[in-house]
Amino acid sequence: MDKLKPHFHKGGKFSFLHSTFDAFETFLFVPNHTTRVGSHIRDGIDLKRTMFMVVIAMMPVLLFGMWNVGYQYHLSIGETASILDNFLYGLMKALPVIVVSYTVGLGIEFAFAQIKGHMVNEGFLVSGLLIPLCLPPEIPLWMVAVATAFAVIVGKEVFGGTGMNVLNPALTARVFLYFAYPGAMSGDEVWVAGSPEKWVDGFSGATNLAQVYNQSTGGATHFDPSMLSASAWDSFMGWIPGSLGETSTLLCLVGALFLIASGIGSWKIIVSTFVGGYVMGAILNMAGGNAYFDMPAYYHLIIGGFAFGAVYMATDPVTASQTETGKWIYGFLIGVLTVMIRVFNPAYPEGIMMAILLMNVFAPLIDSYVIQANIKRRLRRVTA
Amino acid sequence: MSTETLQAEKVSEVKVSEPLFSKKNRKLISNPLDIDNPITVQVLGICSALAVTIKLEPTVVMCAAVFAVMTLSSTVISMMRNSIPNRIRIIVQLAVVASLVAIVDQILQAYAYDVSKQLSVFVGLIITNCIVMGRLEAFALGNKPWPSFLDAAGNALGYAAILIIVAFFRELLGSGSIFNFKVFAAMGVDYVGNGVLTNTAGACIILGLLVWAQRARNGYAEEE
Repeated sequence: MDKLKPHFHKGGKFSFLHSTFDAFETFLFVPNHTTRVGSHIRDGIDLKRTMFMVVIAMMPVLLFGMWNVGYQYHLSIGETASILDNFLYGLMKALPVIVVSYTVGLGIEFAFAQIKGHMVNEGFLVSGLLIPLCLPPEIPLWMVAVATAFAVIVGKEVFGGTGMNVLNPALTARVFLYFAYPGAMSGDEVWVAGSPEKWVDGFSGATNLAQVYNQSTGGATHFDPSMLSASAWDSFMGWIPGSLGETSTLLCLVGALFLIASGIGSWKIIVSTFVGGYVMGAILNMAGGNAYFDMPAYYHLIIGGFAFGAVYMATDPVTASQTETGKWIYGFLIGVLTVMIRVFNPAYPEGIMMAILLMNVFAPLIDSYVIQANIKRRLRRVTA
Repeated sequence: MSTETLQAEKVSEVKVSEPLFSKKNRKLISNPLDIDNPITVQVLGICSALAVTIKLEPTVVMCAAVFAVMTLSSTVISMMRNSIPNRIRIIVQLAVVASLVAIVDQILQAYAYDVSKQLSVFVGLIITNCIVMGRLEAFALGNKPWPSFLDAAGNALGYAAILIIVAFFRELLGSGSIFNFKVFAAMGVDYVGNGVLTNTAGACIILGLLVWAQRARNGYAEEE
């Protein structure tokens, strides 16, 4: 390794591959270079470790998601299978998506790093795993590749790479697919692996969100738990059809605890997002009208991708609000908007994606107002 | 707008004996195609660039309409420039542009009814296209008819070039066709149309990428 190194420095024969070499060196080994002038490091937690913590936090939902894909598949064809069989089936479905997402994303990241001559950033370690987690298990692989390329180039590199992006890259990929290929991203059949012809009679692949929406447009005025395709408990535990990583609220919360404990995810954002969703749901309960309005507010927090978005997407430190007060506002509005989009907008059954992207755009504005307010307050204190 | 007026006034002294395609006159055509492009550099006329570029056919017709309106209005206004009272010049310009647009619209409805249906309101909206008014204000009011004609033609071509590029990618990738000819189906490839590109947001993204490519080529850097 050390013998190879000089080749990649300035003037070496592989100097044009400097960034690539550097990325692999720091990823695989402990780099031996230290700060040359005056140490300023307060904590050894660098971008790489931060990102790796998030990846670890995603492991529970990923593993559960793989099992769930297999479970739903076997359920749909009317068989029962062992946990291992379920898991292996899900693994075979999920692994190609993950591999494609990482290959394409990292390929582009490396290419840009080489061209611009900066270091390869580790930001994509997280995005590359979040993308498969928020997609349906049956998504065609070329769509994953196109969406990942779009997210990395238009969502991130255009703005200057990791740390400069306005929008969450994983959600950019999802929103791209959502609008580009709606047929592969919504509808009743996409959420369960395997072809519908094999399904047993009476099996419904529709998600809770689609079910309750159809019921309420069908004229139902009061909510009844039987309208959902799964009970509240099942939705909370997650053995329901859905995107790979989002079905289990419980495991999202486990991931949230890990993120909070390691100090990476902001508990303020997570809590305020849930509060916002609940408050908006409660307001709609009071208004009443159709079944969707009437659905108890806590259902909003456990169905769909609410928990997944709140825990893994909203807390992205780059695209969220930076100020502490701002985080409360940011999270709260995500919750409110999610429920609003779900209930009021017929075109988008799931609101969390739109809500987070919208608030990503507003986050700098919120920060700016929070800072201005703080300056004003302190000025008053000084002048009074 | 004000800076453009300044630039344009420098060009206003055209010698009588100047050849029709002098270097200066050729610049009037070639600059708007690249370094002074009305869409990607001046960022004018974005509304129609986003709205009509779903397919190539209406785009080409739209570009032709804009070309006709721009060249004619610039020439007419330039010929009238010494008799237009300064205080009501915008109204005079509007009257000229509006009557030309009405003529173009009528012609389209008579000879290309389907396309004019697709373009709907956007032909009428050429009146408010910033590029048309901008060139009248900035150039035709202070220059002789021939340079004004060239300037308008250059800008209309610059506009057309960008629109056609955008429409090409939107139709090819969004609907899998070129001029309604299904290329991918003809090649035997099963192509799934990309919904983002048939949306207006897709035009925004392609336009952004075009600006990026152009700036990378011309070495433009954002002013601090």
